[in-house]
Amino acid sequence: MLSTRPRLRATLMRIVQALPVVVGVVVISFLLTRALPGDPAVYFAGAAADAESIEQVRVAMGLDKPLLEQFIVYVGDLLRGDLGQSLSTGRPVAVDLATRLPASLELTLTALLLAVVIAVPLGVLAATRPGSWVDHLCRVVVTAGVSLPTFFTGILLIYILYYLMGWAPSPIGRLDFIYLSPEHVTGFYLIDAALVRDWETWRGAASQLALPAMTMALFTLAPIARMTRAAMLSALSADFIRTAKAAGLSNRKVLYGYAFRNALLPVVTTLGMVFSFALGANVLVEKVFAWPGIGSYAVEALVVSDYAAVQGFVLTMALLFVALNLVIDLLYTAIDPRTGFLSS
Amino acid sequence: MSDMPISAAPQGRFDHILYVLRSNPVTMIAFGMLGFILACAILGPSLVPYDPLATNAANALQPPSAQHWFGTDQVGRDVFSRVIVATRLDLTISVLAVTMSFVVGSILGAAAGYWGGWLDIVLNRILDTIMAFPLFVLAMGIVAALGNTIENIIYATAIINMPFYARLVRAEVNIRRDAGFARAAKLSGNSDLRVLALHIFPNALPPMMVQVSLNLGWAILNAAGLSFIGLGVRPPTPEWGIMVAEGANFIVSGEWWLAVFPGLWLMMAVFTFNLLGDGLRDIVDPRKRT
Amino acid sequence: MLSVRDLAVSFQTRRGQVDAVRGVSFDLARGEILGIVGESGSGKSVTSYALMRILDAGGMIKQGDAEYSGIDLRNASERDMRDIRGREISMIFQNPRAALNPIRKVGHQIEDVLRQHASATRVNARAKAIEALEAVRIKDAQARYDAYPFELSGGMCQRIVCAIALACNPRVLIADEPTTGLDITTQKAVMDLVRDLIRERGMSSILITHDLGLAAQYCDRIVVMKDGEIVEQGDPLTLFSTPQHPYSRKLVDATPRAGESIRSLLPPEDRRPMLVHAIEDGPLVQVRDLVKTYQGKSGPVHAVKGISFDIRQGQSVGLVGESGCGKSTTSEILVRLLDPTAGQVIFDGEDIGAIPAKGFARNPRRADIQMVFQDATDSLNPRHTSRQTIAEPLKRLTRLRGAKLAARIEELATLVGLPLPLLDRFPHQLSGGQKARVGIARAIALEPKFLILDEPTAALDVSIQAVVLNLLVDLRAKLGMTYLFVSHDLHVVRLLCDHVIVMKDGEMVEQGPAVQVMTAPQNLYTKALLDAAPTPPERRDQTLMTGVS
Repeated sequence: MLSTRPRLRATLMRIVQALPVVVGVVVISFLLTRALPGDPAVYFAGAAADAESIEQVRVAMGLDKPLLEQFIVYVGDLLRGDLGQSLSTGRPVAVDLATRLPASLELTLTALLLAVVIAVPLGVLAATRPGSWVDHLCRVVVTAGVSLPTFFTGILLIYILYYLMGWAPSPIGRLDFIYLSPEHVTGFYLIDAALVRDWETWRGAASQLALPAMTMALFTLAPIARMTRAAMLSALSADFIRTAKAAGLSNRKVLYGYAFRNALLPVVTTLGMVFSFALGANVLVEKVFAWPGIGSYAVEALVVSDYAAVQGFVLTMALLFVALNLVIDLLYTAIDPRTGFLSS
Repeated sequence: MSDMPISAAPQGRFDHILYVLRSNPVTMIAFGMLGFILACAILGPSLVPYDPLATNAANALQPPSAQHWFGTDQVGRDVFSRVIVATRLDLTISVLAVTMSFVVGSILGAAAGYWGGWLDIVLNRILDTIMAFPLFVLAMGIVAALGNTIENIIYATAIINMPFYARLVRAEVNIRRDAGFARAAKLSGNSDLRVLALHIFPNALPPMMVQVSLNLGWAILNAAGLSFIGLGVRPPTPEWGIMVAEGANFIVSGEWWLAVFPGLWLMMAVFTFNLLGDGLRDIVDPRKRT
Repeated sequence: MLSVRDLAVSFQTRRGQVDAVRGVSFDLARGEILGIVGESGSGKSVTSYALMRILDAGGMIKQGDAEYSGIDLRNASERDMRDIRGREISMIFQNPRAALNPIRKVGHQIEDVLRQHASATRVNARAKAIEALEAVRIKDAQARYDAYPFELSGGMCQRIVCAIALACNPRVLIADEPTTGLDITTQKAVMDLVRDLIRERGMSSILITHDLGLAAQYCDRIVVMKDGEIVEQGDPLTLFSTPQHPYSRKLVDATPRAGESIRSLLPPEDRRPMLVHAIEDGPLVQVRDLVKTYQGKSGPVHAVKGISFDIRQGQSVGLVGESGCGKSTTSEILVRLLDPTAGQVIFDGEDIGAIPAKGFARNPRRADIQMVFQDATDSLNPRHTSRQTIAEPLKRLTRLRGAKLAARIEELATLVGLPLPLLDRFPHQLSGGQKARVGIARAIALEPKFLILDEPTAALDVSIQAVVLNLLVDLRAKLGMTYLFVSHDLHVVRLLCDHVIVMKDGEMVEQGPAVQVMTAPQNLYTKALLDAAPTPPERRDQTLMTGVS
């Protein structure tokens, strides 16, 4: 009955729809770099530059040309993967970001996985047992979770788990000095260490990762748990649940086969927002734990007014987020048979 | 007439608010905490025991005591005074930012939701593009580009909050655009603009107020986050984010009070607005309670 | 078969305990179809949920017994109840589309039930599910098996719900308002199917409905409920000819049927003589070749495909058709909220169809054409009191202010029978009937020449519908208004209108004097519509009020 063609078309449409967003992102990044109220050449040349080097930068970057021409040059540079030179490291921004990106991704994805694994069951339990201790716990976690400044949670966890308890290693990055970083395959230490079966390094990396990942997970699990609970409650009060009950289906089937599958749809949609929060929180958490990812790179660049680096970071984060959103939407398309048939 | 008896006591909005408050003491507490925070913001600077900027090297890094409730920092300033005085700055930033996004978002969203067409398409494209950035990262980019000042923190926070209002208003207006009462208002001789402004928009306000409350908390978090990474507010101005950032350096050596007290205070403020938002949600629509 | 004794159900709400059902007793015999009839809030649905033990959170059976074939339904274990549900007693619901899991193939939903009750194994589940689909007379069951609910029509969804309910051959079927929200021809198809299946399989059934006419047509016996209690029970013929309880008498009176006057809907003591409404020869409204085409996602949608008709001064014209026939679009164009794609709307000699709807608010004709909306709740601004609502057109389009305005509002309230203290209430503090009165007061505030009534009683209980319809008839005579009455209910149209227009798929299929169209329809579709309308039995007192119509 259900032909696959409209679904395929919807999927392709969704991918095509991501293109104008990418264009918009590039335009905004361009505006943020070039259309500043002041003289961009002064910004890019850095704080210590004299008039001559500012002029050099102006010519080198084409800042003396009309805005439209600058944009074309900018897009051309982007297509060649050229994000400019970093003032502080003296290397191309694209290279800096590429070397540091795996660290950020490993942290963010671990935290999100942790958050989903905790938050979804918590939300489901709270919705199916309204008024129980799980429900109250869920409410406290949800309200407290969104109120916690990530940077503060991180510091608190360091104080308690490192300084007081001594359970966690000192917050100085991805791996203690005593370990050698594993051979670069994916850039994810946990995966790379596992690949060469170096379990000691794996444990070392995992223990360094534990605190920052927990900090981020605490922050991101709140919106997921909240949405899961709400979606589950609304699914459970839907008419079709009554039909299923009246037909004598078992509780298991009603809860997981019928209610949960329907509740998943809004939860998947929320994940987009959660990713946005997570990528933002990532910057703060990396600073707190001296995590050598792109977030702490951007913070260091901000301090020394290294504009090319900051703008490269913003653009990278946006493109990453667009890609994540695309994955979420495609996931949604896969779950919901109505995609492509009903207008939203 | 089998209609409702006339003598039945009218169940007014006020009764409902009272009922919700009484059955939900948490919301009452939230209102109390809001009063306290507002008092700190308004009266704080004139009531605190010490000058928040006065340094005293002899008295540096003292743990909390009767003289210095929250202890002193690395240059001997009283942490308690600094925390209280910071309330005004943090609150001002977030209130101004949220007001801006509320006004701009409401106008754009209402117009797009009511008239639709190209206006709606253009607005949606712009919102999509803003939302395509991780919002905190966009705020970093904006402040870095516009310049590192408090005003720019406010603008950046306003810009990243605006899509939430525009989308909410757009949706609320859109579902009421063809409602019977909106059509009836047109039949009564109201122009489109009057129908939108006087009949439809007021009905979208309750969910907006919930959003404002939740958003204030989020705006405070954002502003504090930006100053934590060194944007906007500059030392020695007392501000929660920057105080936590400075205190973070001392946490690994055990001087916890430098970071913990401003952090707790920040958390309390955000928590208050979130509780308030949830409470308002109950008042506005008991079914949406989550 | 099923025996209910002194059943009471209460709900724990924030305003304390609410008794939804208070001591209800009835029996269901083998092979019997029992109708439970009542208006909203009478506890009829709650009774059936209590029998199935699927009450919403906060609901509990407070007292009484329910016994099915020797099983105590109140005290049976949850495990036993699960075996009973679907295998012994099944249920079908209103709003069939929502009653199905939106993201699961309908075939799989039927299989779930079959597998649950061990009526099928993994191997033969698909075949059995297709059998179940065929049993509810679904053509091409193989293909339907793979369909999702959103791909099917409302009537088809209700058949699927029936297939789920009947898959395991239960002995009792409870149908909870199974046709609410369905078109009248679909309603007949679904009800006929349900009745035939029940008779074929020798099942018993409980039909829960607000429509006494429908119950009378399909049930062997009827129970009338009001405020959680049974006020009367008996066979349909006796109930209609000699209702004993005042409430059932009122309900019987208020059920519209053929060959009576609109006054007979009211209790005898309220039947005042009809006022004369004069119909002049000259046309007030002339519709010529009206076309409305929307730009849909998949090509243009032709909502109205070129219709023409006249409405004479003082006439009441009924516009009848099923959902999607274009009757609402037509009325929106006539009231100038929507612009026609082509054609003319000549009002009092002027082509008002040519005036853009956008600017019509400032046109002097605005006050002459008004509308009463379908859903009274939706048509009142939740933040305005009744007084503000009625004042709105007066403030915008007349110069009345201050004391004169207040006096006019009170005059209007009195005219529509709205008690003056209710003027300062908000919509959520009013009942359905009161809200309808406020909406009517607003519509007639400017004394329009032409009033469009868009299913004004569709959301109301039948007894309140009777009152509102009579109010409309009186106002028509008092104010000399011309009506366009949009409805799907032919009986109601017959009572109120002089002239009837029947629409289908954007076209006019028949028009003529009401009596002629209703008694000797020329068009096949009109005939089908008339056939599908439930025909309640004749009433005892045939002393009709001499009405002029």
